[in-house]
Amino acid sequence: MPPKGRIVVNEAYCKGCELCVGACPQNVLGLAADHITAKGYHPATLISEGCTGCGICGIICPEAAITIYREKTGVVRATS
Amino acid sequence: MDMIDNDTETLVYSRPNSLTDVSTHYCPGCTHGIAHRLIAEVIDEMNIREKMIGVASVGCSVFAYNYFNFDFVQAPHGRAPAMATGVKRVLPEKVVMTYQGDGDMASIGMAEIVHAATRGENITVFFINNTNYGMTGGQMAPTTLPGQKTTSSQNGRDVETQGYPIRAAELLSQLDGSSYVVRRSLNDPKNIRLAKKAIRMAFEVQLRGLGFSMIEFLSICPTNWGMSASASMTWLENNMIPYYPLGDYKVHPAVAEIKI
Ligand SMILES: Cc1ncc(C[n+]2csc(CCOP(=O)(O)OP(=O)(O)O)c2C)c(N)n1
Ligand code: SF4
Ligand code: SF4
Repeated sequence: MPPKGRIVVNEAYCKGCELCVGACPQNVLGLAADHITAKGYHPATLISEGCTGCGICGIICPEAAITIYREKTGVVRATS
Repeated sequence: MDMIDNDTETLVYSRPNSLTDVSTHYCPGCTHGIAHRLIAEVIDEMNIREKMIGVASVGCSVFAYNYFNFDFVQAPHGRAPAMATGVKRVLPEKVVMTYQGDGDMASIGMAEIVHAATRGENITVFFINNTNYGMTGGQMAPTTLPGQKTTSSQNGRDVETQGYPIRAAELLSQLDGSSYVVRRSLNDPKNIRLAKKAIRMAFEVQLRGLGFSMIEFLSICPTNWGMSASASMTWLENNMIPYYPLGDYKVHPAVAEIKI
């Protein structure tokens, strides 16, 4: 079983640049088509199951808008 | 940080404390944001936020002082290394960084950067090479590539009349006063990780009193390049990296001994 993760996108910062969408190895990111942020952008969001909490989207995000969590398994994983 | 570890989840990543809770004015996808974020992460990890003094320059990053969560001053166009020299000499226990674009550092400020480097000032310079003057509308910079179209080289940069690009890292590495001069790229996760490591090294150099450090970051300006952020990253990879090879151009022997 791959690790399970989730992300929280802070919409005060996200500008919908889509760099995370292109970088996500699981292809689970997209832009939310149903709403816009206060600045007028469609923000990034998880569009399907399968986030592993790998952290890649956080590495490319120019706005430091993404908080990333990974579910704990029996073994405690090191944080990066 | 908006949340910490709990019983069921590990916090993998959250916004660094060395950034303020302010949304930047940078365009979507602009790598100024990635550079800011990496610098802030390293400052958090090294626990040196209270020691930091930044010197902002003129260009899109003119408001950097609003985004970094530590003391800042703002220098006239190109003069950040001169101002940083004064700040560091008066407050040697502080960690002093400048943050400059290519128009700022490699054009109007070329004298200041060269002389700060050759004096071996114990400061750290972050240099954003996005091949144009972003703030003023995408004019040709010293770093604009041969043939590259900008608002002031509309047929493409013609080296016969407009000269060749300046490779700032190579140039500064030739000065005996410089200690750590490297080029990194902000185009993909692997290169971004390497860029972060170099920022760590540059601050270690300064903390050990080993002298002048400079990191050139290959960067994008999607707005003035007229491309999406991801297309800009590809353009950077295909056009900038071949002309501006990534690597370590100056690593003083004393710096080479630092293990991080
Ligand atoms: C003395 C002076 N000359 C010219 C200008 C106009 N000016 C403002 S920003 C800029 C260039 C900025 O380009 P760069 O340093 O590459 O930064 P970027 O905006 O691309 O991040 C210029 C020429 C100025 N503000 N002050
Ligand atoms: S943490 Fe990894 S898998 Fe999850 S959304 Fe971000 S890049 Fe994709
Ligand atoms: S104009 Fe270019 S350098 Fe300036 S914020 Fe926009 S993308 Fe970034």
